[in-house]
Order: sequence, then structure tokens, then C-alpha cells
Amino acid sequence: MIQNYRSKIPEILRNREEELLSAWTEAQLTSNQRPDLMTESEMRQQSKEFLNLLRRAAQNGNLADISTPEWSELCDLLADISRTRALQGFSPVEMATFVFSFKQVLFEHLRQELGGDVEALASEIWSASVLLDSLGLYTTEIYQKSREATIQRQQQELLELSTPVVRLWDSIVAVPLIGTLDSARTQIVMESLLQRIVDTGSSVAIIDITGVPVVDTLVAQHLLKTVAAARLMGAECIISGIRPQIAQTIVHLGVNLTDVVTKADLSSAFALALQRTGFVVTRAQNRP
Amino acid sequence: MISQRRETLSILSAEDVVRVRQKVREWAVALGFSLVEQTKLVTAASELARNTFAYGGGGAVQLEIVGNTLHLGLRLTFEDRGPGIADVELALKDGYSTGGGLGMGLGGSRRLVNEFEIESRMGEGTRVTITKWK
Amino acid sequence: MERIPILKMGEFLLVSIQVEMHDQLALTLQDDLTTMITRTNARGVLIDISALDIVDSFIGRTLGDIAAMARILDAETVVVGMQPAVAITLVELGVSLSGVRTALNVEKGMERLRDALGLAAGSRADDLSTA
Repeated sequence: MIQNYRSKIPEILRNREEELLSAWTEAQLTSNQRPDLMTESEMRQQSKEFLNLLRRAAQNGNLADISTPEWSELCDLLADISRTRALQGFSPVEMATFVFSFKQVLFEHLRQELGGDVEALASEIWSASVLLDSLGLYTTEIYQKSREATIQRQQQELLELSTPVVRLWDSIVAVPLIGTLDSARTQIVMESLLQRIVDTGSSVAIIDITGVPVVDTLVAQHLLKTVAAARLMGAECIISGIRPQIAQTIVHLGVNLTDVVTKADLSSAFALALQRTGFVVTRAQNRP
Repeated sequence: MISQRRETLSILSAEDVVRVRQKVREWAVALGFSLVEQTKLVTAASELARNTFAYGGGGAVQLEIVGNTLHLGLRLTFEDRGPGIADVELALKDGYSTGGGLGMGLGGSRRLVNEFEIESRMGEGTRVTITKWK
Repeated sequence: MERIPILKMGEFLLVSIQVEMHDQLALTLQDDLTTMITRTNARGVLIDISALDIVDSFIGRTLGDIAAMARILDAETVVVGMQPAVAITLVELGVSLSGVRTALNVEKGMERLRDALGLAAGSRADDLSTA
């Protein structure tokens, strides 16, 4: 690319905006319009906004790097259009084609403007290509990201459903952890436990890890932090269901559980919790 | 909605420390950070703003949105022209303090954010930059 | 001058921190509380921080100082209502608040105070009046 050659693209975008817009919308109507998903006027509106912001962003002369601040408005617009179109049912290819279909239109106008100057034309076509390719690819990234976000949100909802915090008695809640714990999951469970403690006004929380096959340092640390946080809030935690292997791992890892109350199983933890909250269980007088 | 990507607040009084907390909270909410992540960031900002005011003789903080739509973050840069920190490593250790109490909160603040950079020169000043990614 | 109000609840004092606490306010509070404890012979202090969405090391220190001062004046302190996000952050920050008792809410806080002081539940009529 010729370094000190100032691109004519910003100028063309400025002076020929109307022509470019109508040529582009025509092109879209004949090739990649999806009348079943979007009306013509919506398409014209999106194209118009795109061109407007493209023109503005390009005025700085930087056509190579779309991560700079001057391109952020256009990128935000593309993100919006991408998300809207995704919801409407457009495929990521169709979305990218929206941007790529502008190339032909722009190249045609560059040819008209620069005519005989072959070197300049080649350079300009390259710049335009690089720019529109980045923008088209950007829409694909956005599409992917929003799909990932949806999947993550669904995963989170599943997680919350699968680790319910149960209210065992007045002032006592329990969370039975099941399955392998990873850092992210443990964090979510712990945050929801603390919130439930507040919601139910519980002063004792039992964390039962009978169903957890493996505990590594990270998980152990999360558990300890949760116990500490609950204590700061005014609630005590009891960890129950520590299997022999886990007890060994914990000592080998050097994790310090000395000021955490632990009980062999949920039932003894519950008995202790009742005691701590001032309840006594007695057998009814008349038993049939 | 935040219109600019950058803003500077001066930290010259205790009220300014409060103002910094409120502004950081506002930006963190607008960027969509979770409640816990907001709380961590605002708390770190509070610690550092307080240091700037109490030990640095006053200074300023710059809030900046970094990254792009795919990967958004909030960067805070605290700067003062104070006496500087003699031993940064020591200051980062929990419990270290010249002013009595729990220490300058530097080590703790580092744990609350994703990126933490500190530059300090004796007699010239200190700059602490923290970043939290969404 | 801005002050944090202190309410008298039976033989306990209740402080509800609703505003952003800056240095001067913290000092004024310590001043007012110690004076009030002595004047009313209060045996317990409840500090309600349920409205605080940030507790940094300065505020942590302040709470610790208040508990220590109260103890010297023969009163126990309980801090109540810490929000989960605040608790999680304090643990990460490394603030332990050792020497400060905590409870989930005012009601539980009063129970704790009674336990700590060896008083029977409801032994004193709990009248609410502004001290």
C-alpha cells in the first residue's frame, strides 16, 4: 500500500452519498434482500444509517483499523443491526453479505472517479476491500458473541435450577452440592447461597458436599471464602458430607479448615444447626 | 448511557472520594457489570481514591472505557504528585501501613480487579492503573 | 453539621448508617456514640449497615474502632445487615473485622447482644425513643 497517498474514499463517500445509497439498495433488492424477514423500507433505513456513519468515520483518513474510537459509532450500529437481524432469523452469512454487497457499488464509483490512473485505482480498491472486509467480519463476530451469551445465560439458569438452596427450618438453609464443581459454578452457587441467607433470614447455612467427587484448591478456597463472607454477614456455615478422600486432599493441599465447622453427614449437620438456633427436638407424648 | 469513553475527576477532598465512588458505580452499571463485580470495582476505586487524597496530597482519577463491543472493560488511573511510595513491594503486602490501621489497601485492591499496575517515584508521585473486564 | 442519628432501644443503642460515610462523619459518629454510651449506660450497640453498598477498609476500620471503644466503655457491639456483595468483597479485600460481632438483621442482632450480655430474652421493655 502506498503510504503517503491520501485515499479519495472519504471524499467519495461525502460527495456521492445519495448515488451510493440508491445503487446499493438496488443491488441488495436484486441479490440479497430477504423480503420474508425484512421490509424494503427497513433495509433502506439500515443502509442509509450505515452509509452515514461510514462517511463520518472515514473522514479521519484511517481506513485500516476499525478498533479506533472514530469507528466506534459505526461498529455500535453494526452490532445493533446484527443483533436485530439475528433475532429476525437472518443467518450470519446473510448479515455479512449486507456489508460485502457494498463493495461492488463502491468499486464501481472508484473506477468512475479514478478512471485511467491504474495504480491509484488498485490502491483504493485494496483499501476499500480491507475496510469492508473488517466490517463484514465484525458483524460475524457479534453474531457469534450473542449466540454464546444466550448459551451462557441458559447454562446459568440451568445451574441455578440444579443447585437449589433449601430452607430446612426457621433460620436454617442447606445447599446440597452435586457433581464436579468448577470455579465458575462454585462462585454462582455461593453467591446465591449468600443471597438466600439474607432472603430467609437464616443464621445457619449447611453446605453438603456428599455428592462432590473431587475438590481442588480453587474450589476449597471458594468454599472458605463463602464461609468467611457468611460469617461477616452474621451467619454460620457448617460443611457436611466430607468424604475420606476429600479430607485427605484438603490436608495435602494445605487448606486450613480449622475455623470451619464440619460434620460427617447432613443429618448431624442439621442436628447441630437446630441446637445452634435454639431448637430442641422431643418425641411426642402419645405414640400409637 | 455514557456518552464519552473517558472522564477525569479531581480528588482533593473527602467529598471527592465519595464522588469518585458514585461515578465509578454509575459507569459500572451502564457497562452491565454484575452486582458483585460492581461492588469489587467501586471498593477498589474507593481504596485508591482515598490513598490519593490521604497519602498523595490530592490528585485525580481518569475513568476510561477500554476494549470493544466484544470485550468491554473499565480502566481507572489514579495519579498524584505526592511523596511517592518508598517500597512498592512492601506496600502491596497485606497489613502494611504507615498511617495506622489496615494498610493502604493496595494489596487488597489488586485482588478485586483483573489488571493492576503501579508506578511510583520518591518525591515525584504515584500512578495506579486498574482495569476490570466484563 | 451532618450527623448520623443514634436511637435508644431499651438498654441498647441503634445506629443506622444510611449515607456515604466520609472521614469527618466517621469521627463525629465515634464521638457521639461514646458520649451516648456513657450518658445512657448502654450495654449494647447495634450498627445497621444494610443501606451500605460499599464497605472499604476505612469504613471497616471505623467499625472496628467503634467496637473497641464501646468495649472499653463496657458495651458490646453488633454490626447487622451486611449485603452479600459487600461481604464477598470484604473477604477478597482481606478485611476480617475480627473483634466485631455480626448478625443478619436488627432483631437477630438484639438476640446476640442479649446472649452476649447474659440477659434473658425480653427482660426489658424495648421502647423506641430518640436519644
